[in-house]
Amino acid sequence: MKKYIYAFAAIACLSFAQSCKKDSEFLDKQPTSTLPIDAVWKDPNLVLTVVGDLYDRFPDFQRIESWWLFADFDEGFASAGGDYGRHQNLEYGYDAWRYWDIGVYRLVNDLNLFIKRGQEATALKAEDRDRFLAEARFIRAGVYFEMVKRMGGVPLITVPLAYDYSGDPSSLQYPRAKESEIYDFVIAELEAVKTILPDNATVQSRATKAAALAMESRAALYAGSIAKYSNAQLTLPGGEVGIPAAMASGYFTKALNAAKEIIDGGKYSLYKKNPNLSDNFAALFTDKGSNPEVIFAKDFKLKTNKVHGFTIDNQPRSSAEEAQGGRLNPSLNLVQSFEKLDNTYASLAAVDGSGNPVYYTNITDIFADRDARLAGTVILPGTQFKGKTVDIWAGYQLANGTIVTGDNFAQSKSNVLPGNPGSVQVVGGDGPVDGLEFSAQSGFYVRKYLDPATGSGQIGTRSDVWWIRYRYAEVLLNAAEAAFELGDAATAANYIKPVRDRAGLTTALSPANITFDRIVHERKVEFAFEGHQLWDMKRWRLADKVWNGNNMSVADFTNASNIGSATRTSTQVFGLWPYKYYNPGNANHLKYIFKVIKPSRVTAAHRFRIGNYYSSIGQDVLNGNPKIIRNPNQ
Amino acid sequence: MKNRIYFIIGAIIAVLFSSCKKDNYEAPAADFTGRIVYQGEAINVQYGQVNFELWQSGFGNYSALNVNVSQDGNFSAKLFDGNYKLVFSPNQGPFLWKKNAAGKQDTIAVNISGNKVMDIEVMPYYMIRSASLTAASGKVNGFCKLEKIITDANAKDIESVSLYINKTQFVDGGNNIAIQQLTGAALADLNNLNMSVNIPTIVPTQNYVFARIGVKIAGVDDLIFTPVTKISF
Repeated sequence: MKKYIYAFAAIACLSFAQSCKKDSEFLDKQPTSTLPIDAVWKDPNLVLTVVGDLYDRFPDFQRIESWWLFADFDEGFASAGGDYGRHQNLEYGYDAWRYWDIGVYRLVNDLNLFIKRGQEATALKAEDRDRFLAEARFIRAGVYFEMVKRMGGVPLITVPLAYDYSGDPSSLQYPRAKESEIYDFVIAELEAVKTILPDNATVQSRATKAAALAMESRAALYAGSIAKYSNAQLTLPGGEVGIPAAMASGYFTKALNAAKEIIDGGKYSLYKKNPNLSDNFAALFTDKGSNPEVIFAKDFKLKTNKVHGFTIDNQPRSSAEEAQGGRLNPSLNLVQSFEKLDNTYASLAAVDGSGNPVYYTNITDIFADRDARLAGTVILPGTQFKGKTVDIWAGYQLANGTIVTGDNFAQSKSNVLPGNPGSVQVVGGDGPVDGLEFSAQSGFYVRKYLDPATGSGQIGTRSDVWWIRYRYAEVLLNAAEAAFELGDAATAANYIKPVRDRAGLTTALSPANITFDRIVHERKVEFAFEGHQLWDMKRWRLADKVWNGNNMSVADFTNASNIGSATRTSTQVFGLWPYKYYNPGNANHLKYIFKVIKPSRVTAAHRFRIGNYYSSIGQDVLNGNPKIIRNPNQ
Repeated sequence: MKNRIYFIIGAIIAVLFSSCKKDNYEAPAADFTGRIVYQGEAINVQYGQVNFELWQSGFGNYSALNVNVSQDGNFSAKLFDGNYKLVFSPNQGPFLWKKNAAGKQDTIAVNISGNKVMDIEVMPYYMIRSASLTAASGKVNGFCKLEKIITDANAKDIESVSLYINKTQFVDGGNNIAIQQLTGAALADLNNLNMSVNIPTIVPTQNYVFARIGVKIAGVDDLIFTPVTKISF
């Protein structure tokens, strides 16, 4: 019995003695899972971890971590079962590309908080602190730029906001700023931080002077073209959407000056390490060792969780390191846009002028004498990736026009060719087979950003190729476009020349050759699969003309005369399939012929409505803040 | 063993009978139907492209019910009884919607109690007049005139006039097997627009096509169409 009493007394002591502590002593404990704010702001390494999180939240739309978004428009076909729908929706939802929700403004608030705390911090060295603050302002400018691109004018909030639980949220309800005011804010912020940020070309995954200037040049160029190509349907009376045409030249001047500052600084240059121009262009995106062209990139690292599967998803199926790949197939629409070396545009010559098929000895001959960027961006039939030739051909065509083909990768059949009872392979190891996922259903595979390193196609290893957000070639083309819009075609021709020289287009364009269509074209081929297309088409107000909802036909890809036209319809992705001609005894026996096809999974034509130029604002946002007005035409 | 059976039966009864409770709303029962019209004439549009919004206040989740207008200008919606506000969002459809004093889209009050048929009057930019669609020697020939209805500051030009034909009754820019489009100089005389398309080979064979003419107005998303005509050849 005594035993129990002792035990009971001991338990009581242990339990109740705790309450003799002061409340504050018991309750106020330092959490062990998070760092208190003032402790962070004492150590530059700790602040860097916070900045790292903010960089990680830097917004992109199309990116290498989401290959399928490149198939949403006309650059590529999605050769994967779950993504065929991208070619089967007539129109884009008004909420597509919406970038205005709780998460976005939480990021803005986090940035504002970071900036406020940084300004109050005293323990850091001034130069460290200033750089962190400048980086946060750079990221904030990037977030606002992304918002204005997608939504038009948004509430411009530069101080941290907190709710006081008074029941009246009106102090938090900000109206939308004008579209031009957001662009002005972005430009002014970048102009202010450019002198604080390091001017160092080897810093590529953090903000630098050139990164600020490159973003400034892009933002000013966007604002300028929105002003210049403004459209009465795309304005709101308060200026939340639409920029007056009178402001165009001011923005173009800013874009030109910002680009010039990078160019004249001389710290960056075009990537020209490899004498083979196509390989050089492909390596530009994968070479992370002293790449002089990259200004600002999202970096990845092997053996961490910062790796991506772009190469796994898109490697050629026949030489893949896993039983998958080949998802993103560049479209014939894109492939035929790459001009000939004499600066002219031409369809790929599957048939001659009178409609007869053209026979090619080698499968690559049809792509001869084109812009070197074509083979740098696209894996063409008969070309190599990781030292292995891709096997893209759709079957045999017999003398009587019959097609002999299979329905699986590298399928073999017996006794299908006249005079040959044996078993022969009837379709390439990479397809194309219509409706077979991972096969090159457009006849092409993507090469840009595909990692040539061994193991990059394995799920266990993945790839650490970076995602380049700003590069020197864009700065040159921004300068060229801005100069052209300001009426200075000679300067524009000068800036566009190095970019085209690198692509092997050595006949320089004269100032008289520089037209709006030329600039549209140059950006299209230089920046394919880099996430520029949607924003470019939007700011030029071309999107509703190019993606106009009208069906296309094979005739649009046969000896087309309007390939260089900025307003050419491009609503459906088409492909180009090579066949072997089988006719023993004929001079053309086993030569290649090509057919323009529409993948059967492409059932609808893209339709970009006026209301798609600015994404709709969520009903929850509208309900929560009566000061917000809706975007036009929705 | 018996215990277990009783237990299972008891569980089944408990599960099934709980659904007998009145835990659901009645489904909406009232049909709201009608057409969008100009002076009694239905406005034909593209399938699935034009819709209007019905708003009902007084409930928590304040958002629009979208009602689609079909090709021939008809619409129908199943609704709960109640008071709604009907509005076309700006630039929806090939017509103008009246604005209130503040320059916003004006709403129409709609009271639903039981089925209701209502035509919605709108102001189209253009009307297609005296349209005719005929087949002749492997072609579909189309003729129409355009009457400009809105002539004030809101007037708009014609961007293109197209004759579409299709195998099925859905005929528009995205659903067609052949198309002829008039643009630019071909639109000089809006009282004499002639179009003609060759009927391509149809697999499987059918001896009829559906055709209609669509008019694209500059700066307006939605086209205005003639009624779909079935043409045998």
